[in-house]
Amino acid sequence: MPATRFTLNGAPQTVDLPAAMPLLWVLRDHLQLTGTKFGCGMSLCGACTVHVNGQPVRSCVTPVSSLAGKSVTTIEGLSNHPVQQAWVEEDVPQCGYCQSGQIMTAAALLAKTKQPTDADIDEAMRGNICRCGAYCEIRKAIHRAAGATK
Amino acid sequence: MNRRSFLAATSTGLLVRFNLGAAETKPAKLNAFVHIAPDDAITLYVHKAEMGQGTYTSISMLLAEELDADWSKVHPAFPGVSKEYGPFQGVFGSQSMRTSWEPVRRAGATARALLVKAAAQQWGIPESDCQTSNSQVTSSKGKLTYGALAESAAKLSPPTNIEFKKPADYKLIGRSIKRLDSAAKSNGTAIFGIDVYRPGMLHAAIARSPVFGGTLASFDATRAKAVPGVKDVIKVSNGVAVLATNTRAAFEAKRLLKVEWTEGPTAANSTPTITADFEAKTKLPGAVARNTGSLDGFALTLESAYSAPFLAHAPMEPLNALADVRPNSCEVWASTQGQSAAEQAAMRITGLKADQVTIHSEFMGGGFGRRSNADYISEAVELSKLAAAPVKVTWTREDDLQHDLYRPASLVRFAASLDSEGWPAALRARIACAPFGGLRDGVSRTGVEGVHDIAYAIPNIRVEYHAADHGIPVSYWRSVGFSQNTFFMECFIDELAVAGKKDPLALRQRLLKDSPRLLAALNLAAAKADWGKPLAAGKGRGIAISNNIGSFTAQVAEVTLTNGKLKVDRIVCAVDCGIVVNPRGVEQQMQSGIVYGLTAALKDAITIDRGRVKQTNFHQYDMLRIDEMPAVEVHLIASTMQPSGIGEASTPGTAPAVANAIYAATGQRLRALPLQTGTRA
Repeated sequence: MPATRFTLNGAPQTVDLPAAMPLLWVLRDHLQLTGTKFGCGMSLCGACTVHVNGQPVRSCVTPVSSLAGKSVTTIEGLSNHPVQQAWVEEDVPQCGYCQSGQIMTAAALLAKTKQPTDADIDEAMRGNICRCGAYCEIRKAIHRAAGATK
Repeated sequence: MNRRSFLAATSTGLLVRFNLGAAETKPAKLNAFVHIAPDDAITLYVHKAEMGQGTYTSISMLLAEELDADWSKVHPAFPGVSKEYGPFQGVFGSQSMRTSWEPVRRAGATARALLVKAAAQQWGIPESDCQTSNSQVTSSKGKLTYGALAESAAKLSPPTNIEFKKPADYKLIGRSIKRLDSAAKSNGTAIFGIDVYRPGMLHAAIARSPVFGGTLASFDATRAKAVPGVKDVIKVSNGVAVLATNTRAAFEAKRLLKVEWTEGPTAANSTPTITADFEAKTKLPGAVARNTGSLDGFALTLESAYSAPFLAHAPMEPLNALADVRPNSCEVWASTQGQSAAEQAAMRITGLKADQVTIHSEFMGGGFGRRSNADYISEAVELSKLAAAPVKVTWTREDDLQHDLYRPASLVRFAASLDSEGWPAALRARIACAPFGGLRDGVSRTGVEGVHDIAYAIPNIRVEYHAADHGIPVSYWRSVGFSQNTFFMECFIDELAVAGKKDPLALRQRLLKDSPRLLAALNLAAAKADWGKPLAAGKGRGIAISNNIGSFTAQVAEVTLTNGKLKVDRIVCAVDCGIVVNPRGVEQQMQSGIVYGLTAALKDAITIDRGRVKQTNFHQYDMLRIDEMPAVEVHLIASTMQPSGIGEASTPGTAPAVANAIYAATGQRLRALPLQTGTRA
């Protein structure tokens, strides 16, 4: 199998794995980056969201072979992002399992839309399930982070 | 910190983490809950595992309050299983704060007393001349830090006379304290069960009988074994397991297994046949769960039947467990609500003794009752024993939805009669529901709670129960029997109000006149929600109460219907849960319980086809999403009573409040969950 070369959290990365191996399991089982979570395996819940070339993607359905030459950022690579600070200030997480995915989706939203409306937030975030139901806090935290990045 | 040291830190508590940075800071054990290092770092052992409910923070608050600890220097950690934490360790029934309030504060206060005793001895003064605050003992002689005193304090015998702080002196209890796990859960470093990896481990996935109770007939693993990374495919007690070097290979090989099952008798059961059985049974008298007054002489002409489906828990972290069974030891890493149950399962399967078994509790990605069961832990222990290697079993979402222990489906027939002034005079309820938790005089408490125990002062009440078991495994689901029975009861009470031409609030106020705590919650929610204030056409308000897990809750839902499409605009909730330890935490739990109840009210059902669950993943069993989230207001009632439960307090009342609001808006009375209003969104 051919090795795949890509950039991971700013550093070059080479992995030698079956082409169809989803990025989620490359990160978790092979690179021990466990901040990215498994939730559904079908791009239905958003728990596994990472950035590929700045865009939010579901790593559970992203084959590793599609990443050649691309840049991947995971929750571990965000590095005290304003969204993460806002998450802590608003005390968003309850069980916390979905929050890496929520944060990655929110960070991608703010990169594109500096001052999102509630409708923008609904549109961007409706693919991310929070079974604990921390949606009011998620919304507040995104607005807070938008304020911080003004 | 590298990966290995972080894992070591999380699996053995934070002690190791401190040792990494400062070699000479071995903490002294003051008791099972409080360890203090010379550098003043305080490890607080939180015996109530964290699944989102906030005990990581609130149990720490109880300890730190009575200890007079510097809050900025406390570090919670999860201990293993020990009788020092009670006879049966676990987090269920919204009991964490109720059962911890006294003993955990006592542990904090006892540790404080030891530190004072050590300081007094060092200074040669009476203990009564010493004060404590912020992790220091002070007196006219000066001050000593807890870190400096801990080693000598740990050698003293604990005093028997412990005085608790007066509430007026509380520095933490009663204040909204930020969660201690927010940062780790926002930067990817929080370790959940699924995040634990061990050297030499194998990853497992299990094919289980699609029909409940079915057994393995035969299997062909030819294609499965051809998947790169697959090490073995073996028969296990509940199916066929794939062992592989990575999770993906295990999942893929499991998909390629060809398995023949002996389906067994449950294959005869489907949702329509189960419902038909419920309907037939509830036409007949059942086992008596309550008989107050007498129904003799009443024409019970007001009749309604309500129903609710099976539901899955669907925690966001799929079930998983990692076990490492050796000849003389067994270690388990798991996110579990049942520490003691996990230990017992490991002992049963391995034949080892309690002191040879170690249960490492990790953060849970949701529990909601599912993780009280040790089935998934047993799988990992069995596999590790068979494979002679550490094995992590990971469930797919399909496994999770199709092999849950479900909230039971249920059906109730109500019949009632009003007096000459239109107030309820007699009520009969006949419930059919699968039993669990045992039968007493033919009645399952979990089947009737929320109906047989209502506080409403209706003079004549008879509640009957039919055990209706169709082979579908059922268990505790957030708020248990109240999750469906409060919907049934609170909607039917609304029907009685309409029939008697009473306002739904006024009817409840009258029937709750002898239940002051419920009445106060009802009145507060109604006032905050502007009950009685006119709404625009297409909008409606509905109200409901619940009295479960020792707490008293009322909520008012406000909805809008546009061409049959429902939008829940606002939910106003009031709760009396006794003394509030962390108001912010209580608000979070109320809101969370409302979303759980709203998902059950508006979203999908688990349905059965020939003994199998039809739904496979979130596209067929969806969750409430952010764009469907109503505004939620939570109002706390001040109380000096002992803390009661909060994690399940708000779930029961949401569906009936919404259904009653739909009736107010449209005149359409919905009697089945999930609620279907014309076209579905």
